[in-house]
Amino acid sequence: MNLPLAEIPALPLHTAGKYVAAAYIVAFVVVLIYVAIMAIRLGRIERELGELLELTEDDQLPGGRPGDPKATA
Amino acid sequence: MYGRGLRALSISTVVAVAAALTLVFFYAPLEAEQGFLQKIFYLHVPLAIISLCGFVVGGVFAIAYLRTRDSRWDLRSYVTIHMSLIFALATLITGSIWAKGSWGHWWVWSEPTLVSFLIVFLLYATYQPLRFSIEDPERQARYASVFAITAGAFVPANFIAVRLSTQYLHPRVLGSTSNLPGPMALTFLVALGAWTLLFVTLCKYELTAKHARFQLRALRRRLAGEQSRPAPRRRSAAPEPGAGPAKLGARVAGGGASS
Repeated sequence: MNLPLAEIPALPLHTAGKYVAAAYIVAFVVVLIYVAIMAIRLGRIERELGELLELTEDDQLPGGRPGDPKATA
Repeated sequence: MYGRGLRALSISTVVAVAAALTLVFFYAPLEAEQGFLQKIFYLHVPLAIISLCGFVVGGVFAIAYLRTRDSRWDLRSYVTIHMSLIFALATLITGSIWAKGSWGHWWVWSEPTLVSFLIVFLLYATYQPLRFSIEDPERQARYASVFAITAGAFVPANFIAVRLSTQYLHPRVLGSTSNLPGPMALTFLVALGAWTLLFVTLCKYELTAKHARFQLRALRRRLAGEQSRPAPRRRSAAPEPGAGPAKLGARVAGGGASS
């Protein structure tokens, strides 16, 4: 049984192949690095959002926020 | 605000890039002189065109900022130039790889196209340090806009000057695409469209992320209480919408009491 990939014409990866591969890999690595940086930033935003959520939950507690002078008075 | 339509844009980008790569490797015929090496053309040339156009668009956004003093235009200008710089770096690297395979040298200093592109890249490489060196957000946006307009005008002037030069090795693409056979021209246009979509999508991601961060900061300030002193703005090259002109607007609305 022939796999579908076997039907695709073979790429002429002779001497020029390494240069073409290098050029396309570089472009994809640049995009990949950028996406990784975006993922780190997204993680930071998510963490900050979690902190803010905790802050609002503390405000909604009957005793108020711990350490809040208004809560003890 | 910026995140609207981001999912559809991302999906179309993935589809377009996949289509472009399929056409490049399985549809476009091999070029008679360079053979398989010419496949770099479908990556390198669109990247160069997009980065140069991006620099000019950054200048146009900067004009919009100076006309309206709306800091969102400054943010758009910053993000466009930032992304164009990344694309320009990829252009330089892929071009260098192509030069090595084609001419046997990583770089040819006597070639005006290469050197002029490097000059444009180095010029825009000073954009971020320029922004970072100015602490006041309003002044930062104003100076950066003037830089973006001046440098943006330099890009087409530089392009024309290079076209007028007679001594070159670098192949001419624009104006000679009609010489390309049909399948090659089609592949080139699809690749140009795909990389343009990638550029626009990444810009939109960056704008959305920055906007989300600014909104979070504003929310944090509000939750911390209006009486408490706001935390000082950390020095950054990136603009912060609302940090500059909004304050200026508030001063004007308040009758300029501080002056």
